Amino acid sequence: MIRIGKWISLIGAALVVLAPLVVVLFAAFKTHSEYATTGALTPPHDWFHLANFRTAWTNGAMLRGFLNTTIILVISLTGTVFVGTLAAYAVNRFQFRLKRLVLGLFLVAALVPGVTTQIATYQIVKSMDLVNTLWAAIVLFLGTDIVSIYIFVQFMQSIPPSLDEAAVLDGATRFGVYRRIILPLMKPAIATVVIIKGIAIYNEFYIPFLYLRSPGLNVISTALFRFKGPYGAQWEVIAACTMIVILPTVVIFLLLQRFIYTGITAGATK
Amino acid sequence: MTKARTHWLYLAPALALLITFTYVPVANMVWYSFHKWDGLSPTMTGAGLGNYVRVLTDEEYRRVFLVSLYYFAASFLQIAVALYFAVVLTFQRRLRNLFKGILFFPYLLNGVAVGFVFLYLFQPGGTLDTVLGFLGVSGDHLWLGDPDIANYSLAGTSVWRFTGLSFVLFLGAIQSIPPDLYEAAEIDGANRWHQFRFIIAPGIRRIIGLSFILAISGSLSVFEIPFIMTGGANGTRTFVIRAYETAFQFRQIGLASAMAVVLLLLVLLITWVQRRIVPDEEVTLS
Repeated sequence: MIRIGKWISLIGAALVVLAPLVVVLFAAFKTHSEYATTGALTPPHDWFHLANFRTAWTNGAMLRGFLNTTIILVISLTGTVFVGTLAAYAVNRFQFRLKRLVLGLFLVAALVPGVTTQIATYQIVKSMDLVNTLWAAIVLFLGTDIVSIYIFVQFMQSIPPSLDEAAVLDGATRFGVYRRIILPLMKPAIATVVIIKGIAIYNEFYIPFLYLRSPGLNVISTALFRFKGPYGAQWEVIAACTMIVILPTVVIFLLLQRFIYTGITAGATK
Repeated sequence: MTKARTHWLYLAPALALLITFTYVPVANMVWYSFHKWDGLSPTMTGAGLGNYVRVLTDEEYRRVFLVSLYYFAASFLQIAVALYFAVVLTFQRRLRNLFKGILFFPYLLNGVAVGFVFLYLFQPGGTLDTVLGFLGVSGDHLWLGDPDIANYSLAGTSVWRFTGLSFVLFLGAIQSIPPDLYEAAEIDGANRWHQFRFIIAPGIRRIIGLSFILAISGSLSVFEIPFIMTGGANGTRTFVIRAYETAFQFRQIGLASAMAVVLLLLVLLITWVQRRIVPDEEVTLS
């Protein structure tokens, strides 16, 4: 009995998770009249009816969205890796008096809910003349990321300091140690941070919504969000657009599961 | 020696970003909150405690605070469901990774996409009504249009989105318990319930405590799902949506800042209480 109940609950949960997504997938392949006449649970007549995807892709300017998202991703992730590993290097490999204070600053900042401080952050970004440029999103994604620094520090602790000392004896500078020893050995941690933060940036809605107002600056989230207005009555096209946004996440998840679980666990229990 | 100070060079970029985009805004926010300002004019007029008085006494603001309760109640459901599946999948090898992946997947999805998926699901006469029709509950419902049920629908969406995260955290915590403890307990005659009660529960107390704290601060700062799905209409306006509108639509920066400061203080207070109740075993960051 218990065994059966267990399987029923597992399969039930899987259905609850997947069904809302599957019905949207169905809708994405239906023609407008088919959508109007068939029920939500009916599979599409023609699985190769791609017209909705074409409309979504061109009229929703999804290409521009992906392009902008990619630019933001590449620059802010590269920046995060360097800013984060450098900070972790200082924290983990140097002894200094104000270290506790610095760590405290990062920890407290992690508690501040980002959505609320944007009211004041907006004025700062505005005073830097960055509103309505991709740089607004880039600098905000770069800043204050305790989770990345935490993952870097954790990993750096497992790199024996004797390696540093050996390199210093061979004449390396402290920066040389960072560049030649630490950074190459940090690859797994860097991969974790890049994946976790990459997903977070891809999914971020509020910051691009607030700072990237002009249509040419749409990222994935805002392109999808602003697509709804003009196509409000054409759910089959919105469904296709939604599926276009979800697809990369599916691929990344299937390929990189292990890294994602590690990173999420490390990040949330900080 | 100049060497003694090089660590500040390594820290400088991180600290500069941290101060510019977190600490300066927070300080400014406190300053704004005592003023009346539209965000544009070069001068602001002092308002004393006026903004705070309004946030704490006005009926409208109390209402948006109460909306958090739906999400807070929903997070109990979320934690319970996550815990159940974490325990079930701990003792089951077959298809574990498949179910783990399925349950976790919604957490990775784009918030706007999640919002649209559920807008579609909740359409009157849409998927949900059709499924309920099979179960004998007929009729179309205004899942998002009826102020009496809209908040339940949105809180439900949030459970769908975030249960996977709690589940993976619980599963990780349970799996870090040494497996020979179960064997030893079994030899001593313990059944599954005893194993849960005396081995698993103490092992994951900390992460469950943490989940509740996150649930409180999370339900106070709900924004994305209701903003995307209803825009705050039909009684679904949350505190943060209200703060957003106050600042960016009504241009009352001072008032919005007071709201943000109140929220910030609440979150800090809750975190402080949590640290007192569940002290960290180890602070590994050094």
